[in-house]
Amino acid sequence: MTDTTPNAVPPKSVTTASSERVAATLAKRHAAEKRFRMYGIGAIGLALTFLVILFGSIITQGYSAFWQTEIRLDVHIDEGEFASGEYADIRQASFNKMLRASLREVFPDVTSRKDKKELYKIISSGAKYELQNMVVENPDLIGTTVSFWMAASDDVDMLNKGYIDRSLPESDRRLSNFSIGLVDTLVEKGDLKSAFNTRFFSNADSREPEQAGIWGAAIGSFWTLMVTLLLSFPIGVAAAIYLEEFAPKNKWTDLIEVNINNLAAVPSIVFGLLGLALFLNWFNLPRSAPIVGGMVLTLMTLPTIIIASRAALKAVPPSIREAALGMGASRLQVVTHHVLPLAMPGMLTGTIIGMAQALGETAPLLMIGMVAFIADIPGGPTDPATALPVQIYLWADSPERAFVERTSAAIMVLLGFLIFMNLAAVLLRKKFERRW
Amino acid sequence: MKSLMKSVAAAALGFVAVSGVAEARDQIHIVGSSTVFPFATAVAENFGKSTDFKTPVVESTGSGGGLKLFCAGIGVQHPDITNASRRIKSSEVKKCADNGITDIVEVKVGYDGIVIGNAKSAPQLSLTKKQIFLALAKEIPDGNGGYVANPYMKWSDIDASLPNTKIEVLGPPPTSGTRDAFVELAMEGGAKKIDVLKALRKSDKKAFKAVAHSIREDGAFVEAGENDNLIVQKLEANPNAFGIFGFSFLDQNSDKIQGSKVGGNEPTFENIADGKYGVSRSLYFYVKKAHVGVIPGVQEYLTEFTSDDAWGDEGYLTDRGLIPMPTEEREAYKAAAMGLTNLSM
Repeated sequence: MTDTTPNAVPPKSVTTASSERVAATLAKRHAAEKRFRMYGIGAIGLALTFLVILFGSIITQGYSAFWQTEIRLDVHIDEGEFASGEYADIRQASFNKMLRASLREVFPDVTSRKDKKELYKIISSGAKYELQNMVVENPDLIGTTVSFWMAASDDVDMLNKGYIDRSLPESDRRLSNFSIGLVDTLVEKGDLKSAFNTRFFSNADSREPEQAGIWGAAIGSFWTLMVTLLLSFPIGVAAAIYLEEFAPKNKWTDLIEVNINNLAAVPSIVFGLLGLALFLNWFNLPRSAPIVGGMVLTLMTLPTIIIASRAALKAVPPSIREAALGMGASRLQVVTHHVLPLAMPGMLTGTIIGMAQALGETAPLLMIGMVAFIADIPGGPTDPATALPVQIYLWADSPERAFVERTSAAIMVLLGFLIFMNLAAVLLRKKFERRW
Repeated sequence: MKSLMKSVAAAALGFVAVSGVAEARDQIHIVGSSTVFPFATAVAENFGKSTDFKTPVVESTGSGGGLKLFCAGIGVQHPDITNASRRIKSSEVKKCADNGITDIVEVKVGYDGIVIGNAKSAPQLSLTKKQIFLALAKEIPDGNGGYVANPYMKWSDIDASLPNTKIEVLGPPPTSGTRDAFVELAMEGGAKKIDVLKALRKSDKKAFKAVAHSIREDGAFVEAGENDNLIVQKLEANPNAFGIFGFSFLDQNSDKIQGSKVGGNEPTFENIADGKYGVSRSLYFYVKKAHVGVIPGVQEYLTEFTSDDAWGDEGYLTDRGLIPMPTEEREAYKAAAMGLTNLSM
């Protein structure tokens, strides 16, 4: 750590002079080092603070979306509402009517038309479909009275979660005093509770915040990433192997290398435009489909995978190749038997990071029609679908107050997937990494 | 290695080919305005749940982008319906006709108010269109036949009755339909009240529009992005700022923000429906007649959209902030939709 030279013993006077010089600047240099460390700690501290603020605001805003206010009603499933006969469809019965009848039973004092309208609005407008699905699954329920918990409307949900201030004047609230009275009666009776929001995890998108879920978007992301992985991994690895192991070093391969590095920095919307022109307008592939999304994201992740794979191949020491060649292996055998297995962990890490990047992309999907309202859960890569980040974007732009917490909750889910993928990459590297 | 590359390439091409066949679509495809998006999606969802048809796919592409896609041609790869927060332009009708789309059904959905509002903690303003123009125009007449860069920095500079605070208005960027409508209705409406500009409008319509449609760029007007929720949040944080946003955001956030009166009328549901509140626009959607009967469910979607349950006075679209048309107008558009009457400009 000192500046004294390790030369032969210097004359005494010089030693004293230099040690004096050292002593004179020592404090200064120590201070400089301390300052540098402080800058480092400061930079990391600042980054961490922002991270904590970001996560904190998302979590405090979004955790409540994992709970949903539910209301219990005893619904008489009136036989008379169902058409009889062989081809009668259970779904054609008016489940809304049954729900309204049971609401009127709970609040017999509500008689005026205006009050009734408010009464019907305390349950979710999707409740009739919840009831319908229950009866379709179990037709024996027809003619009986079932007691079941249905989703409350988003306004009641917001009131129950404390986002609607009761102290405000009535005209400034989404819920009138009358509706709040109804809700309070239900609470007293024990017919209103907060339950884990299973709908958020099992439904696709909906215009009703209380019925909206991320499952449709998650499946859409799954199909998109599947297509991306199936296309980009083999192509990327093959390209990297060829460029690293077989290609001659000349102007052309240099040009290709520059282009690949360049492509990694191209804004992702450009790939979307390319996808629109090529896959949709020329190949006539369907709009809004994960297969096209996957192909566009393949274009985007390929450079990342090729660059990471080439780095992994470069890290395999030449002695291994030379030894294999010396034993009489062909160049293809050298690659497939020795180099590729050793480079694979690095390639997989690069691929996972590329996939995680693709999972968070919205811009290229905009051009190919995946930024859309899709209420059905996609069944395959050619069904219309949307993706998780797109869902977040769409919800963030919705006027309904209840979408605010759902936006944050969807961000948490997306972050969860990203953390999981990046963690997998780190673990893979830790487990299989070799040092020479 | 070559064979490996070959097989990979073949696999990729095969993958494309298998899915590449443009198959018959069994699902309605809707594109267009982000303002109509919440209403179209609500109808689509109800339509999907209450019928055997699949839920239509609704894309939010903006009015102009939607019409561009819509007019690209006839066939399953092109959308069936496009939403618009303004009426189709004759140039767009021509473009459609060039691509073989001669039969278009126009359906007016209802009205949407554009609100200029601020936080509830600040006093409510009562503005005229002329004051809006003077506050936001890039250049205003200097009184000697020329134009000067907008000199007004405070609201009170325009009129003593207005508060003594800096002019700071958050609004949508030029790509937004809300901005187009605001400029057309509020700014142009205000410019017409100034004599010099009124005369200019008669002599040179283009020059008039250039003046009336230019919003100032000196910091008093801040482009806050397409997201109206963001504008609402910023207003809450800054009581001196004003924002320009759609009525449905005022409706949903009435505990936090208030709309300024324009021409003495508050932006309320009733005032917009009566036409008393001047800054409101019509919303439309356009249907490709050639797709009716080819793509299953188009006719039924029209039936659902034009039912009283949906766009009626107490329909579910009014819960989402749509301002319904008067009954007779609704009946007329319903008849046109059911009869697939051709658009007449």
